[in-house]
Amino acid sequence: MVLNRKDLLGIEDLSREEIEGIFEVAESMEEILSRTIKKAPTLRGITIANLFFEPSTRTLNSFVLAEKRLSADSFNLSASSSSILKGETLLDTAKNIQAMEVDIVVIRHSVPGSSFYLAKKLSSSVVNAGDGTHEHPTQALLDLMTIRKRFPDFKDLKVAIIGDIEHSRVARSLILGLNKMGASVTVCGPPTLIPKWINTFGVTVTYDITKALPEKHIIYVLRIQKERQEESLFPSMREYIRYYCLTYNRLKEYASPDILIMHPGPMNRGIEIESKVADSEYSLILDQVRTGVAIRMSILYLLSRKKLK
Amino acid sequence: MRITIKGAHLYDPKNNIDEIGDLYIKDGIVTESSNTSSDIEIDARGLYLIPGLVDIHSHFREPGKEDAETVETGSKAAVKGGFTSVAVMPNTNPPIDNEGVVRYIKEKASNLGICRIFPIGTITKGRKGQELSEMGHLYEAGCVGFSDDGNCVENSSVFRRALEYSLLFDVPIIDHPEDSDLSRDGQINEGIISTKLGFKGIPDVSEASIIARDILLAKFTGGRLHLAHISAESSIGFLKHGKEDGINVTAEVTPHHLLLTEESVVNFDTNTKMKPPLRSSTDREALIRALREGIINAIATDHAPHPVYEKEVEYSLAPFGVVGLETAFSALYTNLVLKNKLSFEELINSMSNKPAKILNLPLGEIRKGGTADFTLVDTEKEWVVDPDNFASKSINSPFIGWRLKGLVKLTIVNGIITFRENEFFKGGKN
Repeated sequence: MVLNRKDLLGIEDLSREEIEGIFEVAESMEEILSRTIKKAPTLRGITIANLFFEPSTRTLNSFVLAEKRLSADSFNLSASSSSILKGETLLDTAKNIQAMEVDIVVIRHSVPGSSFYLAKKLSSSVVNAGDGTHEHPTQALLDLMTIRKRFPDFKDLKVAIIGDIEHSRVARSLILGLNKMGASVTVCGPPTLIPKWINTFGVTVTYDITKALPEKHIIYVLRIQKERQEESLFPSMREYIRYYCLTYNRLKEYASPDILIMHPGPMNRGIEIESKVADSEYSLILDQVRTGVAIRMSILYLLSRKKLK
Repeated sequence: MRITIKGAHLYDPKNNIDEIGDLYIKDGIVTESSNTSSDIEIDARGLYLIPGLVDIHSHFREPGKEDAETVETGSKAAVKGGFTSVAVMPNTNPPIDNEGVVRYIKEKASNLGICRIFPIGTITKGRKGQELSEMGHLYEAGCVGFSDDGNCVENSSVFRRALEYSLLFDVPIIDHPEDSDLSRDGQINEGIISTKLGFKGIPDVSEASIIARDILLAKFTGGRLHLAHISAESSIGFLKHGKEDGINVTAEVTPHHLLLTEESVVNFDTNTKMKPPLRSSTDREALIRALREGIINAIATDHAPHPVYEKEVEYSLAPFGVVGLETAFSALYTNLVLKNKLSFEELINSMSNKPAKILNLPLGEIRKGGTADFTLVDTEKEWVVDPDNFASKSINSPFIGWRLKGLVKLTIVNGIITFRENEFFKGGKN
């Protein structure tokens, strides 16, 4: 069995074999989730702390549910309730949590590398639930597993990612993951939201959505944040919608008829994606959410194995 | 007070000295040999005797941030690294924008008598970039240059007036070239690594654009411009052009920009975080070339101490800056000179007479009748950079754990020994 490591910090240092190993375990987790009693005693006695220094609904809930389904003991610490507000450093917070004999720390933080920093300092396992605009490995893994159900070997798979690439940890991890699995990636968005050096990731770049849509199997739409407009990265939401909103008409005109649509959530309906697209038969968005719980169960289990023996 | 140093390899490229010989010091001055006996005789066989090194860009944090560094700990770090003269930047609290602070620092330094300290005054009051400091008063109190270091003087009109007004004193105006709109929220160099790690980048153009402006203003005013810590290849073209055009401009580069690249950041070690940021390997190569060609005049450490508790945080929350005085010479000797990227001659010139010249200091050379500021170095001795052995109060070095060759054994300031084999002597060992 693979994933012989203390922490899960990023897609970058995972091998394809490790990723496949996570999927295989996640498949058996999905089996648990399909039972009437959706609970297994697998992680009984394992303690998990969810440290969320940035707002999150979906990811936090997904982790919490994964922990409960596997019978782990867990608690949440959020920025607003924590001693961070009282001036405690991240390291002190984490050391205090470790002193309470916590086995796994799940961390979301706005600064890139925060989870790497903690992993170096703590003996507990660390799971990166998003570090700034760096990586969001569990999201990428659930996305890849969602894709894998339709395209099992990723061969000749073509994916376009549309939106704010610059500020997206989801995009970074997903690009790394798709590359590892052998798929090809096109990124599309306004030039101000596409990093100048993104081609070093081995992707094709286009600023024109009508060039990004054709001949793809999957269109992955990213969330656009209103703050970016205030930073003068594009002139207005109205203009963003004009050039980059994934509308039903654009889809029909430019994309292949069996196209599939993904989005990491939360969606801004009518801005980066039209409701008619989000709710269409092309959409995998809710499949992503469902798969997320199984992926997180798989990771928590794999990181706890040594202690469970 | 007489000191005789026997059997050293005397080395000063400026004065074409490269020979085994003895050196005689009397009351702080290099003299001819004499028959009178010495108070101290030093057996320096197997050691290089080089001019005391001159650092024109350090931060000693006093007054205001004494938990990071003080005049005393900074002085010790300096002489341990072979430096006999250090110019200290005015971003203290309060800043060096009035004679009181200048006197405070100078008095501390002279009471200690470990190292020569030369305060740099601020260009503008409070380093706010708006009104000129009382440059005349600061100059008379002992400032050898002016800088708002840490801040760029972004108002071009204010910078023009600073260059003009400084013509009264013939001292350099030292700019920290950074367009803060372009660098805002940036953590590391904007490039492949920032894209990979998800950090907001500091583009090289934030430096080069200000350098272009500064050089144009130096030409327009005739003022003496010195550019601090050049980091980017794109800056060098402007600098070269300015020098060829006869403009009065000099520039410095730090050891860390000569030795490290943005690749070091991938481990999220906050000791790789400084301004300007570590750039690409292309930039690094260009900096070494520019130093060799004289486009960049000198090496300066930008020794910037920060206490552990400030650096031991998430990368984006850590302050910018690294210490450098104790590792500069050995790190450069090991990684540039011994790897044939820079000659020993170029290294010594760039760390002694050339920086001294930028600040009009009559130092950094071996000359009969000259000031007795010297450093004895064992170029064969290997050592490992260990924060437990730092004389500096801070240990935020990007070179921790590096194995280096070349160790400073003894430092003489004004004719007295202030450092010898890990021991410091206040007021000299008499």
